[in-house]
Amino acid sequence: MSKAILPSRMNLAVFKQKKIGAKKGFDLLKKKSDALKKSFREILAKILETKKRMGKEFNLALISLAEANFAAGDFSKSVLDSVKTRTNVRLNISSENVAGVHLPIFSLRGDADDQNDDRQMLGLTGGGQAIQRCKERFQKFLKILVDIASLQTQFITLDEVIKVTNRRVNALEYVVIPRIEFTISYIEKELDEESREDFFRLKKVTDNKKNEKIESQKIAKGNDDLPEQTESIFGGEDEEELLF
Amino acid sequence: MSKKGKAFRTKGSLLVAVIGDEATVTGFLLTGIGERNRKGDSNFLTVTKDTTLSQIEIFFRKLLDRDDIGIIMISQNIAEQIRNLITEHEEVIPTVMEIPSKDVAYDPEKDVILSRAARILYGNEVGMEKLRQID
Repeated sequence: MSKAILPSRMNLAVFKQKKIGAKKGFDLLKKKSDALKKSFREILAKILETKKRMGKEFNLALISLAEANFAAGDFSKSVLDSVKTRTNVRLNISSENVAGVHLPIFSLRGDADDQNDDRQMLGLTGGGQAIQRCKERFQKFLKILVDIASLQTQFITLDEVIKVTNRRVNALEYVVIPRIEFTISYIEKELDEESREDFFRLKKVTDNKKNEKIESQKIAKGNDDLPEQTESIFGGEDEEELLF
Repeated sequence: MSKKGKAFRTKGSLLVAVIGDEATVTGFLLTGIGERNRKGDSNFLTVTKDTTLSQIEIFFRKLLDRDDIGIIMISQNIAEQIRNLITEHEEVIPTVMEIPSKDVAYDPEKDVILSRAARILYGNEVGMEKLRQID
């Protein structure tokens, strides 16, 4: 702390409030971190699982491509030529809200079938069906890929958010709350010390008053009876006072 | 770093880009994801044995610069060649997806995202084992 804290009762109340606030924030963030971690693990498991399937789908797609090539000859050139300047088949991004984090989801939209005539010309010389099958296979493959891509982006986003949240949780737990607790104990110690000082001061003053009273009573009664005894009990004025 | 984890543009629609060998690209073009504007910029690249590494790198960088690409699908063997560019790319969108290639069997250990996922989920060694079991 750069400036000294005034150890007053009001400050004590202030810091106690701060501690409550910090603890609440800490609990909430911890809950958020736990929820995020749970989603994270689910996504991870899904990614591993889906990528496994993707391998198989890809092989199937390649096989159908080979079949189509066999049936219709090499149509890659005509496919290349039929590429439009603007395609309908695109991705939409929507976001899903998980524990306060916006996770992106890709969804494939659009249809290739009602595009220009070039593609419909593709299979005319033969093997049109094979090409159609190949297209369907690849479309299926594409759909799986888009799903995996969604999972991937969610994975990356979540990873980052979890790191940030954990940093905040740790900061609260190991820096902010201990500092507040230290300040609170410091103020309490100072207040205790003050009240102890007050108590001693009070006691000393009452002791002094009592002594003065007894002395003045002795003087009033006269010096006959108890001069020596008085001296022995009270000592002389030469004796130093005990300092606390 | 600024785009990571932050709200991404929910722009209208994004394209799917493909970098692969001829068969892969042909197949994907059949599904209609291809687009080529008048200047000749396209969202797909057919890589043959004549394509140089720098051509691939330039194309990849161009894709990253465009703001209408959502997914970049890239055959794993080509991804190996530009591995450094892929690991440098940290943004959420576009996301880079490694797909198997015809000649080279898919190696899950080399896939950046997968290996990170397995490592986080299962820890270093067990994770790698799980990946190897996948095929």
